[in-house]
Amino acid sequence: MKCTITRQTALLSRRALLQWLGAAGMLVVLGPAGAWATPEAVQQAIRQLIGTREPQPGGVTLRLPKIAETGNSVPLTVTVDSPMTPEDHVLRIHVFVEGNPEPVAATYHLGLRAGKAEISTRLRLARSQTVLALAEMRDSSVRSGAASIVVTLGACVEEVWGN
Amino acid sequence: MAEPRVRVPSTAKQGEIIEIKTLISHPMETGHSRDVYGRLIPRHIIHTFTCTYNGEEVFRADWHPAMAANPYLAFYTVATESGRLRFEWIDDKGTVYATEAEITVA
Repeated sequence: MKCTITRQTALLSRRALLQWLGAAGMLVVLGPAGAWATPEAVQQAIRQLIGTREPQPGGVTLRLPKIAETGNSVPLTVTVDSPMTPEDHVLRIHVFVEGNPEPVAATYHLGLRAGKAEISTRLRLARSQTVLALAEMRDSSVRSGAASIVVTLGACVEEVWGN
Repeated sequence: MAEPRVRVPSTAKQGEIIEIKTLISHPMETGHSRDVYGRLIPRHIIHTFTCTYNGEEVFRADWHPAMAANPYLAFYTVATESGRLRFEWIDDKGTVYATEAEITVA
C-alpha cells in the first residue's frame, strides 16, 4: 500500500516535471518570437483602438519605400480619401507595425479642422513587414490600407551596432 | 535638447489648407535596445504631440516606440483666423518642449 502511494507520488512528480519541462520548452520556442508582436497581440491592439468595428479596405493610401537599407528612419505618408466636410471627415488615423515588438506605432487625431486627411512621419522598423493604417471616420466606419516594405537591416540591430 | 523646429506659412487666405512641418531632436529610446554592457536602455520617448490654434486643439499625435529618433511630422490645418499656433511635445520624463508660430490670415 505504502509502495503504491510512493509510486503514485513518483508518477505525479514525473508528470509535473514533464509538464514543467514542456512549458519551459514552449517558452524557449516562444522566446525569440517574443521579440516581435504576435498576430494575436496585433489583433488585440487593433481591437483596443477601434473596438469591434470591421475595417473596410480602401480609401487609405500609404506611401512607403519598397526597400529600406535600415529601418531606423523610414518615411511614411498616409492619405485618406475624405472630403473633410462637417458630415464626412477623418477623426483618427492609427498606424500599426506588426513586425515590431510593439504593434502600435502612432495615433493621429485629426478632426474637421485638419482640412486635409494626410500625415507624414518617419517610422522605426525592426524588420521587413506590412505597415497597416486604419482611419476612423465621422460616421464611425473604419477604413484600412497597407503597404509592405523590405528592411535590409532592422532598426534594433543597427542601434546595437551604432553604440 | 535642441529647439524644436516648425514651418508654418506666415500668411494665408481664410479657409486655406496649410501644411505644417515639425521636427524635434529626441533620442526616442524604445526601451528594447541594449547598451554595450547588455543592459536594457530605459524607454524614453515623446509620447504626445499637440498643436493648438489660438488655444483650440487642431491636431494631436500619440506616439509609441516605433517612431524614429528626432521625430518628424507633417500635417495640415485650415487657416481660420490670424493668431498663434502653439506646438507641444511631451516625453516620458515629463519634459514639455514647446514652440509657437504666428500666422496672418487675410
